[in-house]
Amino acid sequence: MPDDILSVEGLCAWFGEHQALKSIDLNVASHSVTALIGPSGCGKSTFVRCLNRLHEEVPGASASGKVLLQGKNIYDANVDPVLIRRKVGMVFQKPNPFPALSVFDNVVAGLKLAGIRRKSVLKEVAEKSLRQAALWEEVKDKLDKAGTSLSGGQQQRLCIARALAVEPPILLMDEPTSALDPISTAKIEELVVQLKKDITIIMVTHNMQQAARISDRTAFFLLGELIEFGDTSSLFTVPKEKKTEQYITGKFG
Amino acid sequence: MSSLRGQIRDFTHLRYKRRKLLSLFISFLLSLSALAAASCLISVFGYVIWKGLPHVNLDFLLSLPKPVGETGGGMFNAFLGTLLMVFLGSVVGIPWGILTGVYLSEYGRGKFAFLVRFSADMLASVPSIVVGLFIYVLIVKPMRGFSALAGAASLALIMIPIIARNTEELLKLVPNHLREAGLALGIPRWKVILRIVLRGSLGGITTGVMLAIARVAGETAPLLFTALNNRFLNLNPTQPMASLPVQIYTYAIAPFDEWNQQAWAGAFVLVIFVFVLNLGTRWLVKPTALGTRD
Amino acid sequence: MKSSPLPMNNQNTSVFEKIILRKDVRFADRVFFWITRLIALLLVGLLVSMGLFLLNASSLAIRSSGIVSFVSTSVWDPVKEVYGALPVVYGTLVSSVLSLIIAFPLSIGIALFVNELAPAAIGRIVGFLVEMLAAIPSVIYGLWGVFVLVPFLREYLQPWLISKLGFFPLFEGPAYGVGLFSAGLILSLMIIPTISSISREVFAAIPRGQREAALALGATRWEMMKLSVLESSKAGMFGAMMLGLGRALGETMAVTMVIGNRAQIVASLFAPAQTMSSVIANEYAEATSDLHLSSLALVGLILFVVTFVTSSLARLLVWRVTRSQRKLK
Repeated sequence: MPDDILSVEGLCAWFGEHQALKSIDLNVASHSVTALIGPSGCGKSTFVRCLNRLHEEVPGASASGKVLLQGKNIYDANVDPVLIRRKVGMVFQKPNPFPALSVFDNVVAGLKLAGIRRKSVLKEVAEKSLRQAALWEEVKDKLDKAGTSLSGGQQQRLCIARALAVEPPILLMDEPTSALDPISTAKIEELVVQLKKDITIIMVTHNMQQAARISDRTAFFLLGELIEFGDTSSLFTVPKEKKTEQYITGKFG
Repeated sequence: MSSLRGQIRDFTHLRYKRRKLLSLFISFLLSLSALAAASCLISVFGYVIWKGLPHVNLDFLLSLPKPVGETGGGMFNAFLGTLLMVFLGSVVGIPWGILTGVYLSEYGRGKFAFLVRFSADMLASVPSIVVGLFIYVLIVKPMRGFSALAGAASLALIMIPIIARNTEELLKLVPNHLREAGLALGIPRWKVILRIVLRGSLGGITTGVMLAIARVAGETAPLLFTALNNRFLNLNPTQPMASLPVQIYTYAIAPFDEWNQQAWAGAFVLVIFVFVLNLGTRWLVKPTALGTRD
Repeated sequence: MKSSPLPMNNQNTSVFEKIILRKDVRFADRVFFWITRLIALLLVGLLVSMGLFLLNASSLAIRSSGIVSFVSTSVWDPVKEVYGALPVVYGTLVSSVLSLIIAFPLSIGIALFVNELAPAAIGRIVGFLVEMLAAIPSVIYGLWGVFVLVPFLREYLQPWLISKLGFFPLFEGPAYGVGLFSAGLILSLMIIPTISSISREVFAAIPRGQREAALALGATRWEMMKLSVLESSKAGMFGAMMLGLGRALGETMAVTMVIGNRAQIVASLFAPAQTMSSVIANEYAEATSDLHLSSLALVGLILFVVTFVTSSLARLLVWRVTRSQRKLK
């Protein structure tokens, strides 16, 4: 498909001897939200961490296969993972703002790394990203407070703003709401739907209702294999695979 | 928006090479610092073997020092002195250290325990020469003379905090349900502590004790004016006694080649002793020892 | 102690427990508790009495000159019975600071290398070697210093530095070999294990997520170390540095053997000097006059207080840092 921003072919991943992903094929359309569901330990987190080559930073971990980002394989030998991570942003399960940096410095950390130092540009981007992350109104008066002084939900949105500031075409979210309260969760879900018009989102969740609420397509992982992948509405109503049906009806996991 | 993205891209391409080079360069520096430290160790170790080993022979190991000018002679009195004083120090230091560790781990909550913990850490960081001074005032002066006992006391004083803190750390690793299991069987607490908690971490505690022994076996400063030195074989703990580190020191700063050679030979013996204790514990009681170190 | 150390010793024990826990058992428990507590108390007593005994031993020197003039008088001459501690304080400070300047960056480098850069196997080897560096007795460093380091410095490094930087008072000749510079170098080798192992502890307490956050933003390896590791461990690294300083201030044998043992204040780093610990090591056993002994004890007392303050500050700092980081994790 021409408008697939990302396509994965035969992706395998290992932790030492243990194979965590078994030959995954999956395409992601531009400006969509893809949800990855499955019981814990099924490889869904490992999968997203392969998409920005963060998986290999774990000691002993390795991966093989193809991940085509805008047509270019990010696992080619001459590709620098640092540049890939600039294009594929990531938000983690636990909010992880840099504790030594202020709210403002957290948001522009990526820009500063890229060498953009002009105050006016930084300010503009910081405000825009914080607005995108629906956090601006709450923090505009405490931009120079420590990033870790915010509440858990605010910290997570700060991390989203930090990832958005470098304008990545793809944003990976690894269970971004599992550590948050329901209100913060709702805010972030709303945000994800909003962001779809600008970027492509791939989101791991263990909450099936969440997947059903916000995603266009859903992938179901089990024991390192991709069991089923399709439109969210059909996957949840008429699953093709028996295992998918068992999982979404709560038979296991 | 597209302008910003363009800007980022320009900057990124412009600067990325430099950032990458900087990262590589610093990684190189970090590797270099590791290499520097490693090569210093190898240099010290290498010289001790190169200069010391050729002079280690039976005569050196089993005979007493000879006066200046006469060839031959050895450090038998110093070996024996070190062994004896380390033994005497351990007799006091090991139980004291372990029981303090037991107190800290099993009953150690609240302000008093904090005070004990803090004191142990402070005692561990008191310069060993100051420990020597303290023992001089405490023991040598009232006894009106340098003695092996005073030397052993200062070694014990250095051992106690090391063993105490190590024991505490190890006992804290013993899961609570083991204690509760013992208590639920109606075993009194003191027996639970001795039979279950202490026995369970015996390997680790032994390691800590051996490391403490290795540490004090090489101590020189606290012996200089407690045990002093002795050119003769002495087994009476109320008299001055030779020790290997002090003998190495004396021979190293003396202007005689013969003595300097013996200092290297003594250094070889001391280094082997210390390293065998260090490495031995590491490989003998691996599970607990490594579990707590890393 | 608020929570009772003896849980079975409360009012509402069950019948079952009452049968099992006869009075003598409870008594034995209490005895055991008090034995360990008493022994722990003795340890505190040791520390306190160390301070008091040293104070008592140095009372003569304190009375005869007063502490302020003692540390500000720049002549130390046992023959004339003049005891001013300024030269030895100076020697201690300069050699320790010099050793920190060398050892601190190296130790941080080693800690970063082992924890953040090297593959696990190599990291383990380097970590092990550095730990071995800590196991070598001080007198062995001294021996190595006297016969390897000092000749090397005297023949090669110092003449070269003097020829290049000799216009600068710190690097004035002549090249003695023994002196502050050699002492600083040897000290740095001895405190590297302390600083690097504490720094490694501090770095290891930083959650993985911090590092991944930086990497996911497109940071290079060095930028990741700077942003996630160094930025958030400033307090911990400072604590590690203070602990290293504490060790350097009190280190005796190796310094005594390479510093040249001359109580003087000279600008050049290559000149012989004397430190607080080395003057005690050199003179205490042979001192005969009461004032001499007392003055040396006063030097010891000052050393005790200074290392106490440095180490306690450092300890508290490292404790606080690693504990708060663990909570974040």
